[in-house]
Amino acid sequence: MQLALVHARYQLLEIIRIPVAIFGSAFFPAAAMIFFVVPFAGDDPVGATFATASMVTFSVMSANIFQYGVGVAEDRDQPWNPYTRTLPAGPAPRFAGRVLAGLALTYLSLIPVVVIGATLTAARISPAAFLLAVGTVAVISVPFTLMGLAIGYSLPSKAAIVVAQVVFLPLAFGGGLLSAPGEAPGFIETIAPFLPTRGAVELIWAAVGDYPIQPLSLVMLGVWVVLLATLAGWAYRRDDGRRFS
Amino acid sequence: MILARADQASRRYGDVLALDRVDLDVRAGELVGLLGPNGAGKSTLMNLLVGLRRPSSGRVELFGGDPRDPASRRQIGVTPQETGLPGTLRVGEVVDFVSAHYPDPVPRGELLDRFGLGDLARRQTGGLSGGQRRRLAVALAFVGRPRLVLLDEPTTGLDVAARHTLWDAIRAFHDDGGTVLLSSHYLEEVEALARRVVVIGQGRVLADDTVDAVRGIVGVRRVSLVADELPELPGVVRTERIDGRLHLLTTDADQLVRALVTAGTVFADLEVRPTSLEEAFLAITSGSEPATGPEPTGGKPAQPATAAAGGRPTTA
Repeated sequence: MQLALVHARYQLLEIIRIPVAIFGSAFFPAAAMIFFVVPFAGDDPVGATFATASMVTFSVMSANIFQYGVGVAEDRDQPWNPYTRTLPAGPAPRFAGRVLAGLALTYLSLIPVVVIGATLTAARISPAAFLLAVGTVAVISVPFTLMGLAIGYSLPSKAAIVVAQVVFLPLAFGGGLLSAPGEAPGFIETIAPFLPTRGAVELIWAAVGDYPIQPLSLVMLGVWVVLLATLAGWAYRRDDGRRFS
Repeated sequence: MILARADQASRRYGDVLALDRVDLDVRAGELVGLLGPNGAGKSTLMNLLVGLRRPSSGRVELFGGDPRDPASRRQIGVTPQETGLPGTLRVGEVVDFVSAHYPDPVPRGELLDRFGLGDLARRQTGGLSGGQRRRLAVALAFVGRPRLVLLDEPTTGLDVAARHTLWDAIRAFHDDGGTVLLSSHYLEEVEALARRVVVIGQGRVLADDTVDAVRGIVGVRRVSLVADELPELPGVVRTERIDGRLHLLTTDADQLVRALVTAGTVFADLEVRPTSLEEAFLAITSGSEPATGPEPTGGKPAQPATAAAGGRPTTA
């Protein structure tokens, strides 16, 4: 466990030394806040709170898909990674460290969205709901972490960047992240429950406000987690077998 | 006591047999050179011994255990490829990171001083010169006070001064009782450090002997000259004629030149040069192969022509 923290610390150091990497995952949701949420829902406390929660979900998704998808794929190109496996620890601490570092960066990338929500909109949240939302962020990171890992372990880094970019926008729009609860265009309302972003955003909505979660979205989120875990596990084992057996 | 062992270890990558039933014992206190041309299987053997790869058949052991078990690797030190250091981390941070894996690491300052990196602790590794990166990479092998270090081509691409700094550090470790397995395609490097040499070629152990004995096998010289006819000459491994010049590969250039003169042969433009290991191996392991051309094409840098053949190559 202590080694996992060591690995997390140095992975964070590596990323923080290139600040634009963090900036990237924080930028889009923050920009969406300023251009869409502030002018259109900024004055309505309930609407602004839900919209900020949507952008938080958006941020969690893009941060995880990008940092795992691209980060893992790039790491696999580096000879440093095999070297760490000759240290007397095995691959587990490095993997655990990566997940811890990923979670830390996810929270970091949320700061602009939350700050904009708190200062420029009427969004309001009780301290208890805030803490609940903070915990929920860790929960909804799971499917997107797995998605990123699946991408990162199965593709070379150049392909991983493209795939990460291709999947994240449809997931955001299709899941209804850019619309208020229940007010997305008709066809999106139809497909949204089948996308992992919807179950995730509903959990966050329920954490910050009075939102009844649809069972279908939650069941589908569970299905996605199982599916993505299988895919990520398969990709990890395949990569590991290719390079280390 | 045997610290590292390969017992009939073979390793196959798809259709390619990279290692073919290799036996190797590294005993405590030894400094063993693993010598062979590029692609001979040295790195594959190293990877098996440090647990990065599994043998396709046969066994490998570290301290009597499976190298893939982290506990077996507690007393070894390994060098990352120099290109693999995380470029944004500082030198001191890289050392601290590796130190965190060992119960009693060498203090950072002491380690960096030993490798001439003392004043670079705050520099990012991406800003180091190639030689500095290489020294840092080798230094990392010694962080955990290992009993056995495995160094895969530790000085490839280094200038003479940097190479000698590293050699001194490796020697000092060995003098303190440390055990070293070092791979190289430089005969001179193995000569400078090791007493025992294991020669690997095409995945097999070709020789496992003292440095002197192996030098006799691979210390082939190329004698080239212009002459119409040659008498019967001693020690010639291979003869070829390229653009009117005769090239003779020989294990004893001195004797050959003496015989040429004694026989009163008419010749001109005599040249004696060391050969690359690749050439030497080709000459010995497959004497009937076509010529590889007059210039060594292997990884060995061009060396000044020397007439003092048969002895030690110039190590500067």
